[in-house]
Amino acid sequence: MALDKATVTKIAHLARLRVADSEKDSLAGELSNILTFIAQLDQVDTTGVEPMTSVVAMPLPRRPDVVTDGHQQADVLKNAPESTAGFFVIPKVIE
Amino acid sequence: MADLCDLTLAEARDGIRAKKFSSAELTRAHVDAMISARPLNAFISETPVIAKAMADESDKRIARGEARALEGLPLAIKDLFCTKGVRTTAASHILEPFVPTYESTVTSKLWADGAVMLGKANLDEFAMGSSNETSYFGPVENPWRKPGDNRARVPGGSSGGSAAAVAARFALGATGTDTGGSIRQPAAFCGIAGIKPTYGRCSRWGIVAFASSLDQAGPMARTVKDCAILLRSMSGFDPKDSTSVDMPVPDYEKALTGNIKGLKVGIPEEYRVDGMPAEIDAMWRRGADWLKAAGAIIKPVKLLLTTYALPTYYIVAPAECSSNLARYDGVRFGLRTKGDDLTGMYEGTRGEGFGREVRRRILIGTYVLSAGYYDAYYLKAQRVRALIARDFANAFNEVDVLLTPTAPSSAFARGEKSADPIAMYLNDVFTVPASLAGLPGMSVPAGLSSDGLPLGLQLIGRAYDEETVLRTAAVLEEAAQFEARPPVWWKQ
Repeated sequence: MALDKATVTKIAHLARLRVADSEKDSLAGELSNILTFIAQLDQVDTTGVEPMTSVVAMPLPRRPDVVTDGHQQADVLKNAPESTAGFFVIPKVIE
Repeated sequence: MADLCDLTLAEARDGIRAKKFSSAELTRAHVDAMISARPLNAFISETPVIAKAMADESDKRIARGEARALEGLPLAIKDLFCTKGVRTTAASHILEPFVPTYESTVTSKLWADGAVMLGKANLDEFAMGSSNETSYFGPVENPWRKPGDNRARVPGGSSGGSAAAVAARFALGATGTDTGGSIRQPAAFCGIAGIKPTYGRCSRWGIVAFASSLDQAGPMARTVKDCAILLRSMSGFDPKDSTSVDMPVPDYEKALTGNIKGLKVGIPEEYRVDGMPAEIDAMWRRGADWLKAAGAIIKPVKLLLTTYALPTYYIVAPAECSSNLARYDGVRFGLRTKGDDLTGMYEGTRGEGFGREVRRRILIGTYVLSAGYYDAYYLKAQRVRALIARDFANAFNEVDVLLTPTAPSSAFARGEKSADPIAMYLNDVFTVPASLAGLPGMSVPAGLSSDGLPLGLQLIGRAYDEETVLRTAAVLEEAAQFEARPPVWWKQ
């Protein structure tokens, strides 16, 4: 499985990750090697095997849908790169 | 007084209780040692002021006769555990400014039992690596060197700072986390012990997430007994982690009876991989002989899918990493770089904030989860993962514990494998399978290689049966009599 530069550009955009154009060729090579490595799994017959999503054999616990740990606006905003009037600030998205 | 840094955690605990020395004295000795060992780069943040305050508090408690399980014992905390008011970076540029307003469950439990924080230990960025070379804050150096060769050797990873701090004797113990071998492989490379408990034993709440179906915290220390003591404090149900198990936590120290008569120990032949150095194979056989001499029954077992564990891991872990790391968006915490619009801000922040290995894994993960590839890669890997878990379940119908090497080599030189991701991934060939099955695994120092570097043996147990793993590990430890120490070259 070989990845080309265009695919690297596409998945980098999907991941919202800026990758310098000069890096894309070497990344395509590295990622292709990894994909070749993981393609070994094609040799394993998994017919009828259920995908394993968790190693813990238990149902997810439930709890009442109530606030257990609220009223922490200041703490929530404390590490924000930019905030104002109790809100996170992001670049303008509506013209 | 003998050097307080030479004590094991259990000896230090008993010495403090017997009032042979105070926590303030013990802590000062470790802080001084930590500062003198800066060339190892084992810490991202040192917290000597916090350590002193915690030690003084412990001494007051001891005076009142209220000593708790870990009263006054200085520990290193992997910088992946959120610590309230103390910067927590995950060794990443993107979290460089992050100061949590909350404390992880595991560290809360350690402090509630009286432990003292020395600082935040270095690691591979977001715990992604096997050599501690991917840290934004620079690589950790292994305290061990080959005799006659002054080249820096890697401490293993990702819990490399934790392992180096314990091996160089400036922490009595440390927390680590293990997603595919990140406690066990660095423990082996640095000549110490480390256990990854069963998935669900330790709460993941407040630990920076890498691959949530695999991540698990555990202790690292110089002896099996020290690991047992720490594991008891770190374990336990936490309603804040939906995968935490609601089971009583045994007194693991009491499990170390030294008696393994009649215990069935499995040797998975598939772990005898191509190109494995003869001395590692020989050490593995020696380990089996030691257990046999102690009364265990050695049996070959089959784990047929072993070779497929690494490729399975390198689908599952990057997929979960790409989802988990989506939260680093420059909005709520961490680094932000300016962009012309929202997408530009996201892409710039993440492009600048993540290092090379993390970006590689995010891209692989995004690819295997993307439309058209999800079934072929991700679902396929989850199906193979189910078969790997079934292999282990079958083996544990026949035996009580498995014995394997921890890693396929001793500590390699810095830079030796960093250009080839696959060569680096192969370090975890013996540790990844138990991670995929969620089983407890422990590395114990078993001897030195012909070139004078530590080698470890791994024990893998049934789910929630850390007691058998620890008990067997203590027997191995006793037989191995590993008393070698790294030469102290780092003191400033």
